[in-house]
Amino acid sequence: MLNIKINGEVREVDADPYTPLLWVIRDELGLTGTKYGCGVAQCGACTVHVDGKPMRSCSAPAYMAGGRSVTTIEGLSSPAAKAVQKAWIDLDVVQCGYCQSGQIMSAVALLEAKPKPTDEDIDHALSGNICRCATYHRIRAAIHQAAATLKA
Amino acid sequence: MRIFEDGRLGDTLRSLAAPEREGLKRRDFLKGGAATGFVLALQLPLGNKATAAPASAEFVPNAFVRIAPDSTVTFVIKHHEMGQGATTGLATILAEELDADWANVKIEYAPANTPVYKNLAFGAQGTGGSTAIANSWPQLREAGATTRAMLVSAAAQKWKVAPEQIKVSSGVVSGPAGQSAKFGELAAAAAKLPVPKDVPLKDPKNFVIVGKQQTRRLDSIAKSTGKAQYTIDVKLPGLLTAVIARPPAFGAKLKSVDDSAAKAIKGVKFVVQVPEGVAVVATGMWPALQGRKALKLDWDLSSVGPKSTEAMFADYRKLAATSGGAAANRSDQTAAQLKGAARTIEAVYEFPYLAHAAMEPMNCVAWLHDGIVETWSGHQFPTFDQNFAAKAAGLPPEKVKLNTLVSGGSFGRRANSWSDFTVEAVNVAKAISKLPGGKVPVRVQQTREDDMRGGLYRPQYVHAVKVGLAKDGKLAGWQHSIVGQSIMAGTPMASLIKDGVDETSVEGVWPTPYALPSPSVELHSPTQAVRPLWWRSVGHTHTAFVMETLLDEAATLAKQDAVAYRLALLEKQPRMAGVLKLAADKGGWGKKMPKGKAQGVAVHFSFNTYVAQVVEVSLKPDGQPRVERVTVAVDCGVPVNPDQIKAQMEGCVGFGLAAALYGEIEIENGAVKQSNYHDYKVLRIQDMPVVDVHIVNSQEAPTGVGEPGVPPLAPAVANALAKLTGERVRRLPFARHTFKSA
Repeated sequence: MLNIKINGEVREVDADPYTPLLWVIRDELGLTGTKYGCGVAQCGACTVHVDGKPMRSCSAPAYMAGGRSVTTIEGLSSPAAKAVQKAWIDLDVVQCGYCQSGQIMSAVALLEAKPKPTDEDIDHALSGNICRCATYHRIRAAIHQAAATLKA
Repeated sequence: MRIFEDGRLGDTLRSLAAPEREGLKRRDFLKGGAATGFVLALQLPLGNKATAAPASAEFVPNAFVRIAPDSTVTFVIKHHEMGQGATTGLATILAEELDADWANVKIEYAPANTPVYKNLAFGAQGTGGSTAIANSWPQLREAGATTRAMLVSAAAQKWKVAPEQIKVSSGVVSGPAGQSAKFGELAAAAAKLPVPKDVPLKDPKNFVIVGKQQTRRLDSIAKSTGKAQYTIDVKLPGLLTAVIARPPAFGAKLKSVDDSAAKAIKGVKFVVQVPEGVAVVATGMWPALQGRKALKLDWDLSSVGPKSTEAMFADYRKLAATSGGAAANRSDQTAAQLKGAARTIEAVYEFPYLAHAAMEPMNCVAWLHDGIVETWSGHQFPTFDQNFAAKAAGLPPEKVKLNTLVSGGSFGRRANSWSDFTVEAVNVAKAISKLPGGKVPVRVQQTREDDMRGGLYRPQYVHAVKVGLAKDGKLAGWQHSIVGQSIMAGTPMASLIKDGVDETSVEGVWPTPYALPSPSVELHSPTQAVRPLWWRSVGHTHTAFVMETLLDEAATLAKQDAVAYRLALLEKQPRMAGVLKLAADKGGWGKKMPKGKAQGVAVHFSFNTYVAQVVEVSLKPDGQPRVERVTVAVDCGVPVNPDQIKAQMEGCVGFGLAAALYGEIEIENGAVKQSNYHDYKVLRIQDMPVVDVHIVNSQEAPTGVGEPGVPPLAPAVANALAKLTGERVRRLPFARHTFKSA
């Protein structure tokens, strides 16, 4: 049995502790906003926050989440998160959308650590998140817009 | 030059439209019963008769619009949403003619029903060839206008005024004496009226939604909050997850299976053999993967192939030098022309296999229940998927119910005439349904590696070209030989191959908008154990590279400006010339560039849309190109959704750039070398250039934008690299070369 604190709630899961956190989140906890894209921490579609830091859940064994706080796209609520999601919608960033939960999780973590990121900061923080539709142009613009709203 | 003269539907799949062309009269669209040409030609049985089921109190004037008493307007979207924005685009057209309130618009994806929801460019229900907006434009305008006319009639009767005195705006119908009603208040009365004929469409100058920037994507909120439901997210009672152990090489055959260790893993429910391999069916993805790993499989590798990528290229180069291929365009003059030319360019180009690598690896849920088979997936070609699912299940097509979800990208992968991911899910569902406890839904989920290594690639191609130039630098002869697998051969579309020429192998070379000196274009279509498939912009992915780099080289040899040289060949192509001039103007073509940076240009016509790009390129310390800026000019007819056109041009630039920089699937003894994003690199944010898009404000009928932005990118970058380094790239990707500033 694993106890995982997810989106503020402690949930008990009957899974092998070495199960990647991604599959616990999706298959055991039924939270499907976090996506599978590569399984080897190459694409970032599975990005969640563990104690506020972005982590690729496909490559983190579930036991590592024990005693820590996991946040998925469904549990976002901070001012930075709201600003990011609003900017994403305002600028119509998404295309197929499959990677966007992961992009947003990385963007929120960036803004929480660095409220006024430069283009280089954005490249660095988001380089682990692939968007095959190549919405990068708008991702960058949306992060800058979110930063501006947070500052205001 | 038939394509450019008739001005009708798109090229890759245009030939599929042939039976429909004469039937493209407005009245036929809503009847849904006109020629089903393509489907009948393929002898595929038609789908069931279901349309989207309406709630009883709704006003349902046609198969595309429903209006509820609470004024919610539901649009039924017949095209697949894979990110390209078809949903928003089609809804925009309907909302415009209906004068609906965008805030009250809901959408629903159409069920499989070929007669009603077919793509009028194909005659089959499916999305591809950048045809969604183009084929739907007259159809949905009429559907919207007819609905609006019925609401107006209902109001006129209610208020006892003439219909001409009634105005409609943003979902509100208003009368001359200040009467006002929302759509829902008139729905019941409108539903009792006959459907009027030949309702006039709006004058485009009165458009309030089409061509305006304020229309937002209908799926932005769901996709920015994790709520959008993809195939991987489908939840059903008792749903199991399966992964398939697949052959390690093309042509490998299963000799024996020891599944005892797999079955011992907690959560593994079944291990079944299917034509695709050995499926491990479990309570979730992780036990399924663990089970697959525990299988002991023995494969017969005696007849695997192809031998290698390099051996294929060697064979293709040989074939390209052999005459006697199928003639896409025959010319008796070419040999003499080349002999008489002042100088010639001889070039052999090589293009690798490319994987689509959509973010959502292929998947499908299937469930055999109550005498039917039901599937959930990103069904991009419902007509094919329905028929192939039926065949796999051993049921008639009307016993197949498709549930179409949005997909996490496709780029051509989900549109295939094999229906591979649908069929494998049905095969697994059928196999387990015979076992105790197996009458449950099952999701067959490909891993990234399965998806990457499964074939269905953009085919490997070789082009061998001889170009003759006269003394004055003008083109004086053109001999072109193309070698590569036919995408349509061996599929239900094979009948569209004419005289040995699969149009998708040569499109972009022939026909061409350029005034070439009666070129000779030959095609060889070898077969391989690897299945080929369309890949965003299809044949244009390689033909545009060859044409646009060769014309650039010719201009350089002729000591002429690359833009001016092309314009001289486009005197009868004002729209193509128009985008080229626009991109050159907006991109500052010819301006002085700082040291270490160069401009490149390319223009291409595909899917009835014209796109020109001017790029600015420098070199990174590792000798790889950095594309800093791309100026795009696009003419796609009436710009239905300008912001979505921009989004597609941005996306096409990123997609085209990834392939140009690193895209390559290699094969060794029948096995694919690449497996995941670490060795099949795609574009990341730090390599995305600034993209500046300019849209021609055209009044022509709208054409596609999902693909036409891809073809010019790679040649534009190659042309800039030639300026920067003096090197002409003949083999893609660029990662195979190390560039040095000249």
